[in-house]
Amino acid sequence: MSAARPAPTTTAWQWARLNLFGSIADSVLTVVAAVLFAWFVWNAFDWAILRADWFGETKEACKSGGACWAMITARWQQVVAGYYPEAHLWRVALAMVCLAIAVLPVIKRDMPAWAALLAPAGVIASIAVLGGANILPSVPTDYWGGIMLNVLVGLTGAIFALPIGILLAFGRRSDLPIIKGFSIGFIEIVRGVPLITLLFMSSVVLPLFLPTGMNLDKLMRALAVVTLFSSAYMAEAVRGGLAAVPKGQREASHSLGLGLLQTTGLVVLPQAIRISIPAIVNTFIGLFKDTSLLYVIAILEVTGVIRQALSDFAWLGLENEGYVFVAFVFWVACFSMSRWSASLEQQSGKTVKRVEEPA
Amino acid sequence: MARGGFMQRMGGVRGLAAQGALVLGLVLLAVWLNHNAGTNIAARGIATGYDFMGREAGFNIDQHLVDYEPTDTYTRVFLVGALNTILVAVMGIVTSTIIGLTAGVMRVSKNYLGRLLATTYVEIARNTPLPVQILVWYNLALLAPPPRTAWGADGLFFLTNRGVYLPQFNLNGLADFAIWGGIAAIVAGLFLSSHFRKQRTEHGTGASPNWGWAFAIGGFVLAYLLTGNPTGIDVPHKSGFGFTGGFTMSPALMALWAALSFYTGSFIAEIVRGGLQAVAKGQGEAARAVGLNDAQALRLVILPQAMRVIVPPLASQYLNLTKNSSLAVIIGYPDLVAVFAGTSLNQTGQAIETLALVMLFYLACSLSVSAFMNWYNARSAVWAVSR
Repeated sequence: MSAARPAPTTTAWQWARLNLFGSIADSVLTVVAAVLFAWFVWNAFDWAILRADWFGETKEACKSGGACWAMITARWQQVVAGYYPEAHLWRVALAMVCLAIAVLPVIKRDMPAWAALLAPAGVIASIAVLGGANILPSVPTDYWGGIMLNVLVGLTGAIFALPIGILLAFGRRSDLPIIKGFSIGFIEIVRGVPLITLLFMSSVVLPLFLPTGMNLDKLMRALAVVTLFSSAYMAEAVRGGLAAVPKGQREASHSLGLGLLQTTGLVVLPQAIRISIPAIVNTFIGLFKDTSLLYVIAILEVTGVIRQALSDFAWLGLENEGYVFVAFVFWVACFSMSRWSASLEQQSGKTVKRVEEPA
Repeated sequence: MARGGFMQRMGGVRGLAAQGALVLGLVLLAVWLNHNAGTNIAARGIATGYDFMGREAGFNIDQHLVDYEPTDTYTRVFLVGALNTILVAVMGIVTSTIIGLTAGVMRVSKNYLGRLLATTYVEIARNTPLPVQILVWYNLALLAPPPRTAWGADGLFFLTNRGVYLPQFNLNGLADFAIWGGIAAIVAGLFLSSHFRKQRTEHGTGASPNWGWAFAIGGFVLAYLLTGNPTGIDVPHKSGFGFTGGFTMSPALMALWAALSFYTGSFIAEIVRGGLQAVAKGQGEAARAVGLNDAQALRLVILPQAMRVIVPPLASQYLNLTKNSSLAVIIGYPDLVAVFAGTSLNQTGQAIETLALVMLFYLACSLSVSAFMNWYNARSAVWAVSR
């Protein structure tokens, strides 16, 4: 074998000729795009950083003409945790630690199988810590809020939706007509209606269907609906993974003498889940963005907190700052998750297009 | 699978038991929920049934595509809301497709800055929540000047913080005949065109399919002229503190339209990019080799093949856009959810009935899109090119 040909070296000029000034139309596009891009980036940077005011009690403190971040810094505590009592903020921190433990089995992929139980355990623990669970002083959910609530609802919804979604995905692939019909019906109905109608249902219809005297908390009702909603999308994510497990795996497992349950639980499901993790993460990204809708049914997640600040006379007219901040918070979270999910795809060599999201 | 007896189809004894348990569980759940609902509804004195649909609604709706008065019934409210949803959905579908196609093609363009610009757009638009985007656009729409210092030209359009005023087509006289005649001509033209194309493919001879298109356009123009030019144009004029004439697009509609287009456009861009990349590279090179230029290669060779990959997820994006238009409620655009699951629900107190009707509407949309997708997949499978 001859030695490998050295990689062709391109000078900066050659690269520019190819990538920037390939033709006349290309050159025009390049100039227009460069001007647009520079103008946009510079103005955004100038407004958000260079001329911004960072601290103050009212908008009067913002004099330099740029962004007035004082609204965010002055209400920092609400932005993070809503109206959670100040003396108990450590519980919010502890709850976040519990949630971090809950996602550990997804992030660290070399953990033993029992670690999957950390997920529901972490979520339940975080809700118990926040609510008090008869051990700590009780803090009603009306006081919960801010970014903490977005994270809590998003993760709770996703983690409890996953097992339901797995069952639905198996149901949809099943040969049993009634189970198959039920699964398809559930998945398609839930995916066919907007989340907001389901949230309205949780706030006005669900109480009608509960036994008289049983008052399920508003947040818990929303959590139940969000969980059912995302389970339909999780089912579709998992179904893709199930379809990707080669048939030979099942046959090999049967020939080793494993029964249906063992084959499913020990051979098929672990592989299917591993394949569908990028799709599951993408579903979660969509779900996390959807948590910004909760303020419509008067649950004070971060968008709600910001809208409340905007209706305060001290901060009137700062919509740009408020919405840019909320968008930035979500962007940082969703962008990094989507990068992570894309890197998982590359590792597994399978591409899952991020085009299907809950809506 | 061979069709066996009942027991076999039900998966034997175990399968039958599992399914029986599911049915029993669902029935018990339904009975329990129904019992609870019955008690609660009686205790709260809420009416049941759909009688309210015939009653007078009594509230006003700013934007209505069909005639609407507060004295109209809730059935009319449902129609007005559904039409408003369809209006913003159709507008959004058109613009999001244009944005998505442009950004998708730019993402695979040879130009580095074009790629950078498109990537920046996609990553911003799809990683921020749509409700927040709607609020941002709404805020922008309200930044336009007040009517007194409106931007625009008298008799053409005005841009103000109360909305955009545009010229409007008026239908009069024999307009109905013109519309139906035109539709009939177009349908007949499309059939002709596909018939000619089939003949050409199968026999290699016959008229050009373009004659079908010519028939469609000619028939439409003829129907329009024969009925004596039944359209007029109504332009906006400044008068006093406001405007008269023309069509008013409220700031809420503008914002919702912009946000839905911007958001969905980013997902469409990714679908288009995936579709373009799924076409084998040799196809583009071969097209260039036979002498087509870049634009022709894209339009005649690459896009038609990419469409097979693009259309199914595209259809579900259109569906998502339609469902997402329900976020109208946060800025007060009178879509179906806002007027029916919002105002009507509050006035009648009949939450179950109103929400069920709204959900049925969205389900009907979703089922028709699924039906279209099945039809399209079956059709495109025939000429599927293996890579």
